[in-house]
Amino acid sequence: MLDKTFIRGLVVALALSGPALTHAADYLIDTDKAHAFIQFRIKHLGYSWLLGRFNDFDGSFSYDEKNPEASSVTVTIRTGSIDSNHAERDKHLRGKDFLDVDKYPEARFVSSGFKENGDGTGVLTGDLTLHGVTRPISIDVTHIGHGPDPWGGQRRGFSGVTTLTLADYDINYNLGPDAREVELFLSVEGIEQPSE
Amino acid sequence: MRTMWRNTNDSYGRVSITLHWLIAVAVTGLFALGLWMVELDYYDPWYQRAPELHKSSGVLLFGLVLLRLTWHYSNPRPRPVGSTWENRAATLAHAALEVLLLATLVSGYLISTADGRPIDVFGLFQVPATLAGLQNQADLAGKIHELLSFILIGLAGVHALAALKHHFINHDATLRRMLASRQEPVD
Ligand code: HEM
Ligand code: HEM
Repeated sequence: MLDKTFIRGLVVALALSGPALTHAADYLIDTDKAHAFIQFRIKHLGYSWLLGRFNDFDGSFSYDEKNPEASSVTVTIRTGSIDSNHAERDKHLRGKDFLDVDKYPEARFVSSGFKENGDGTGVLTGDLTLHGVTRPISIDVTHIGHGPDPWGGQRRGFSGVTTLTLADYDINYNLGPDAREVELFLSVEGIEQPSE
Repeated sequence: MRTMWRNTNDSYGRVSITLHWLIAVAVTGLFALGLWMVELDYYDPWYQRAPELHKSSGVLLFGLVLLRLTWHYSNPRPRPVGSTWENRAATLAHAALEVLLLATLVSGYLISTADGRPIDVFGLFQVPATLAGLQNQADLAGKIHELLSFILIGLAGVHALAALKHHFINHDATLRRMLASRQEPVD
């Protein structure tokens, strides 16, 4: 019979050795071939949805099927790449009334935790830095799929949704009572990176 | 007496005078309108109307400026009053005003047409986009437009002060001949 201390020691060793013994894989988000999207929508006057997206961002995540809670994600967005399909509006959105991209050229999300619900969904928590303000947010995540791609790689994809209140990030331009919040829809596909 | 439409060697005709003051009023008005409209609240009734007015008037002003240039080069230039250095400075300033004005108009046009949308002029006609889709076009053109419009207004201010100086200090005809054309006696 194995000694309890030995088992405890083994567990600790396994936990410490981390990725080497468990099978956490690192993924680079496929922005090169644009299999990743950061879209937003906000109510216009309360009568319709205005949709837009950020065209320039990058990021990576790690995911371990055996230990999903240890997953992590980092994404950096170039705020100047906002695109709502109207140059004059985008100019306004990039200006001081909204993103102030000259002063805050990047927004960043760094995860701090992940909980799987066991049904392919989960909740990702982390800090979002936007317009110079860093706040904790949580993103409802759906695991879409994973497996080999036709070109010799391994891929894994998620989608996520979250809602931000603009005033929380010191964006106080008055767009009306129905346009205080913006919804984000994220879709990312990661390509597994060879482990070192 | 006969209305003098064309310039002569020592005075401005009706056309030059009318165009000069129309343009001066339009430029000053567009500058004020521009500064005001970018500060408007989203729910302001003028939020849409003010930029439409700014752009439409801007396009019409472009027409006036082209007309003025054509007229300028097809008419005699009234002999300048004042010393040699004053004349050189005045010629230079007038040329600079003209160039700044055209550049301000073009940069404004490049903001509004950055994604290929045409500019609607008072619902009468549309000016199509030409140069569109450059990297950050609207933002860059916007910064240039703002900068140029300030330099333009600054220089126009100096130009106006110079005109007032001629009138009140030198007591010469510089301002008077830009205010009223001489009537030619019918012979
Ligand atoms: C944005 C406003 C203005 C612009 C763009 C402008 C532009 C010009 C230009 C290009 C000329 C040369 C005309 C030619 O040689 O055919 C001129 C002449 C003149 N302008 Fe202006 N102007 C402006 C405002 C004013 C104001 C406010 C005043 C007076 C207070 C003024 C007084 C004059 C006078 C007196 C002349 C005649 C100068 C001469 O005979 O040599 N201008 N202006
Ligand atoms: C001499 C003529 C003009 C003058 C003096 C002028 C002046 C100005 C000024 C002072 C602003 C505010 C800049 C800022 O604070 O951001 C502005 C904004 C603007 N102008 Fe003009 N403008 C002129 C002609 C035009 C023309 C011809 C167009 C287009 C056809 C145009 C389009 C615009 C647009 C779209 C903006 C808005 C920029 C924004 O949304 O921030 N302008 N203009």
